[in-house]
Amino acid sequence: MQQKHIETFLRTLGKPLVKFVISLGELVLFILKSLYHAFTPPFYLKNFVKQMLDIGFYSLPVVGLTTIFAGMVIAMQSYSGFAGMGAERMVADVVLISVTRELAPVLSALMVAGRIGAAMAAEIGTMKVTEQLDALTTLSTNPFKYLFAPRLWAGFIVLPFLVLFGDVIGIFGGYIVGIYKLGFNPANYINATLEYLQALDITTGVVKAAAFGFIIALMGCYNGYRSKGGAQGVGEATTNAVVSASILILIFNYLITELLFAK
Amino acid sequence: MSETKISIRDLHKVFGSKKVLDGVDLDIQKGESLVVIGGSGTGKSVLIKCIQGLLTPDSGSIKIDGVETVDAKESLKKDMHSKMGMLFQGGALFDSLSVWENVAFSLLENHHAARDHAKMEAIRVLRQVGLAPDVADLSPSELSGGMQKRVGLARAIITKPEIIFFDEPTTGLDPIMADVINDLIIESAKGLGATTLTITHDMASARKIADKIAMLYQGKIIWQGTVKEMDKTDDPFVVQFVNGCAQGPIKVEV
Repeated sequence: MQQKHIETFLRTLGKPLVKFVISLGELVLFILKSLYHAFTPPFYLKNFVKQMLDIGFYSLPVVGLTTIFAGMVIAMQSYSGFAGMGAERMVADVVLISVTRELAPVLSALMVAGRIGAAMAAEIGTMKVTEQLDALTTLSTNPFKYLFAPRLWAGFIVLPFLVLFGDVIGIFGGYIVGIYKLGFNPANYINATLEYLQALDITTGVVKAAAFGFIIALMGCYNGYRSKGGAQGVGEATTNAVVSASILILIFNYLITELLFAK
Repeated sequence: MSETKISIRDLHKVFGSKKVLDGVDLDIQKGESLVVIGGSGTGKSVLIKCIQGLLTPDSGSIKIDGVETVDAKESLKKDMHSKMGMLFQGGALFDSLSVWENVAFSLLENHHAARDHAKMEAIRVLRQVGLAPDVADLSPSELSGGMQKRVGLARAIITKPEIIFFDEPTTGLDPIMADVINDLIIESAKGLGATTLTITHDMASARKIADKIAMLYQGKIIWQGTVKEMDKTDDPFVVQFVNGCAQGPIKVEV
């Protein structure tokens, strides 16, 4: 009797575990295959440029809006915390550090994951269920090279630029609130910002952004590639792409921070 | 003595616990038009996907021009694909590209042809399948089902392949359009001298385009012969399928 209970217990535990290990293995294989094809010719430059535009250029408004409000809210919040004790310099510093190290990369990446990760999974998923991926192969074109490699490269390269843009806009948001709402002296605020500015803050954000860009494109491609069975399957793939990319972004955000700042 | 273009021996493919292909043996002669018939879900699609290397069989051998293609290297598979064309069931046109870019895809991406030259070539082949040049700049989603099939056919034949696969070419078309597509298939295959493999459950289409018919049932080729032989055979499976009877040895899984 006891043994039977243990057996059922192991069985309920085992099935999801086996499933998990299998999908983890599939993901690793997918990553290795993608990387191999990303570094071997032929390269589809046109597709890469198109993806750079889609992921980068057309995300500028979203990233700008996200980071400007993030910068504004941080200025407001930190002022109420530091009121009285040299608030001007403190607010400038807090805005600078939080925007460049955390808010610009993480919030931008989450927004782009929603915008681009979903679109990628939907497009590739539809191509999969309508046999367009098979059609590519029969036309002597490898989908990994033609579809996935340009997306992965574009995500990896363009996200850092988006985040640099977000840094500027976010700090500007803090400046607006500081000057027009909190009544700081513009010259002092700018001076304080420049004084505290460190290369490490910027590189942190940029390194994170590159990793996040890769994750977004990877999850978009992978979930699209695995989608099965018509419209419902594509819908599922889209959801999975956004959710998995978002979670991975938050996890890797911590890991990269620890790697760069743990003493 | 004609030479064998595609030779399949003891092909097996299992999905989960379902044996989809269970020892398929099949030979296709050069220049021949073979039609594989069989009910839905009998593994017809899996068979042509295995031959094209889109799926890897669990065991068995597929030789094309005498060269083993199962577990072949990527570069060999690529060479092999350049000899083949395929008309997909739903057309499988790339909806991010215009009609002519679809047709000229191979020329543009693999042969790096100049765009205006590729476009002219695409329009020529589109004409061959009965489409007017002004279709070239449309997007695939603007076309009717029959037109999409024609564009798919144009894309399959533009590189003058030695082997062409047709996956249910007439499914979803009205009987007249189906017959038009049948004629186009015969014409383009004859014109190129290509070997063709068609899978279908449309008997009218099978009769029209087949030199030889093979029937797939429960993962095996259970019968093959010419159309005349098919009409004379007393094989109960073939008789039931050809006449479309619910009663007979073939049990429909519901």
